[in-house]
Amino acid sequence: MNPEYLTALILGGLTRGSIYALIALGYTMVYGIIQLINFAHGEIYMIGAFTGLIVSTVLTMHGMPGFGVVFFAAAAAIIYACCYGYTLEKIAYKPLRHAPRLSVLISAIGMSLFFQNYVLLAQTSNFLPFPGLIPDFEFWKPYSHVMSATELVIIVTTAIVMVLLTLLIKFTRIGKAMRATSQDKIMASLLGINVNQIISITFIVGSATAAIGGLLIASHTGQINAYMGFLVGIKAFVAAVLGGIGSIPGAVLGAFVLGLSESVFTGYVSSDYEDVFAFLILVLILIFRPSGILGRDQTQKV
Amino acid sequence: MNMPVLNEIKKSLIAAIWFMFLTFPIMVIKVNTITRTIDWRWKNMMYTGIGAFFLSAVWRYMLRRKEKNQNALEKEGLSIVQKILQVKTFSIPATVLLLIFAIVFPHLFSMHQTNIMISALIYVMLGLGLNIVVGLAGLLDLGYVAFFAVGAYAYALLNLHFGLGFWTVLPVGGFLGAVFGILLGYPVLRLRGDYLAIVTLGFGEIIRIILENWNEFSFGPAGIANIPKPELFGLDLSLSAKTIYLYYIIVLLVIFTVFVINRLTDSRIGRAWIALKDDEIACQAMGIDKAKTKLRAFALGATWAGMGGVVFAAKTAFINPASFTIWESVIILCTVVAGGMGSIVGVICGALLLILLPEYLRDFGQFRMITFGAVLVLMMVFRPGGMIENVRRTYQFKTGETNDIHS
Repeated sequence: MNPEYLTALILGGLTRGSIYALIALGYTMVYGIIQLINFAHGEIYMIGAFTGLIVSTVLTMHGMPGFGVVFFAAAAAIIYACCYGYTLEKIAYKPLRHAPRLSVLISAIGMSLFFQNYVLLAQTSNFLPFPGLIPDFEFWKPYSHVMSATELVIIVTTAIVMVLLTLLIKFTRIGKAMRATSQDKIMASLLGINVNQIISITFIVGSATAAIGGLLIASHTGQINAYMGFLVGIKAFVAAVLGGIGSIPGAVLGAFVLGLSESVFTGYVSSDYEDVFAFLILVLILIFRPSGILGRDQTQKV
Repeated sequence: MNMPVLNEIKKSLIAAIWFMFLTFPIMVIKVNTITRTIDWRWKNMMYTGIGAFFLSAVWRYMLRRKEKNQNALEKEGLSIVQKILQVKTFSIPATVLLLIFAIVFPHLFSMHQTNIMISALIYVMLGLGLNIVVGLAGLLDLGYVAFFAVGAYAYALLNLHFGLGFWTVLPVGGFLGAVFGILLGYPVLRLRGDYLAIVTLGFGEIIRIILENWNEFSFGPAGIANIPKPELFGLDLSLSAKTIYLYYIIVLLVIFTVFVINRLTDSRIGRAWIALKDDEIACQAMGIDKAKTKLRAFALGATWAGMGGVVFAAKTAFINPASFTIWESVIILCTVVAGGMGSIVGVICGALLLILLPEYLRDFGQFRMITFGAVLVLMMVFRPGGMIENVRRTYQFKTGETNDIHS
């Protein structure tokens, strides 16, 4: 066993895990509130990355300096992803609030298919090169052989987003309302909480974290295409289930467990079967511990 | 008096502006990162605005109508199509006419048309199979294409290695499909609907990835070519005759499928499926073995997919893993949902419509998948029952007493 190789794998796994965590948060928050797997979540992430690419290219061509480009591209990506998330909920999920779960799920799959092909038709089906938005920081130069600056930014950003999100949910009025809504929608509305608004906010927050994830992974891998959201979305969902769906710390934990184990698996076993590995984890966790690592057992009531 | 109209126009305008803003970066700007040029497509913004203006008005109108219908105490109004289907004097001659049309079809039209019809009928078969799982038993299976792949690869490989013919492999393909259905069904029995969707999706992808990477077994992404068409008593048929022969085989298979599923729906198993779909707990309380019933649904649904796969391999003469992506499963699901979950006539119409229309509207081809996505959403929002809704067998109380209670 080569320790340097293992270190590289672990760092790669942490980067992967961070991205999964950013996306898994959106899944887990939406699931916590309306018990729906938002299939189109991966597509929001893809749209975030595309918006970032378009805005940054336009700004660079008009001669804006590097820092401004990063700022405006990130802002545009996040704002647009939020708008898409909001519209998605209004069109595909709100009219189905009281419909059977199967209907909502099919509607979600339809939305995912729609967004994917919308970007495919309006933009391109090919891979687009994504500019490296994150500069090579001077102070990080001595360590860059261990871990690139991009990877550092990914891990740090994820940590910051996690902390902010935890603060939002634990200590603000909106967070309290979210927790109340996820426990009991009718009771929450009786206590004066605008449930529809809270659901919209949940979608917006989830979309924002997905867009951040999209931008970070795009500048890490250096290319994007219209299909990028689907598989990552599914894997982030696996991470959310692994940690216990509906639980925010669970999603983060699950994401890191999945990222690390996947990285080690591809490093030591086979990279061809990387995706099979993630799906196998999903099947195993659902068979042996469906509530996930941090989730509580739920009994079905009549 | 003009207020509602003005109000509507205002709402539509807001929607138009919102969608123009929303689609701005993706619809209007197209960057070419290699030549470093930007293409501003302002026309698209105009189209989006106009489209959103009118569509949002239609959307709101439809939503209001839906609400009104729900408020009218869900009166059991059958649609015209359903009424026509129930009239025996009409439905029997119609079926006969349809049969005659199906029989003469390959002789009236070209081989190209016949080929298109064969693939449409394969989708009818797949749709009817998936209808058992999704429409009757209410289990959302997003990996249905995996069983289709199993059937197709079963024929291709058994033919390649052992020289087995179409007729031998057809039941084998169905059987293998069922075995895989049980293999998948067994571990996921305890899962609720949405988890089931993800796990089946994962299963479908696993099968595809294995087919792509296990070169020694499946010849990888290159696929398998020169798969023979079925033989007729060892006669030496021309290509067009073989196509017509295959067409009749699939027509017979579809009729067989319809017959079996029709019988199944009325059987004990079929009723158990419908009960399971409506309420799992109540169903178990009535003494139905949940595990067995679900496994049967998976196995029977997968059987048709396996047989469909064999026909597919025989039709295209070449298969590779790219034909069995998750989106294929979604298309099949779309045919079931659009046609009407649980309704046999609905699924047949849905599959024919959704597969044939894009074939004939060639220019429309690139919009195929985006339309499917929109169809899934719109169907769920406005007509969850599909084009031709399944008529549930109900027992009607017609005595005076019950009427008194209700009024």
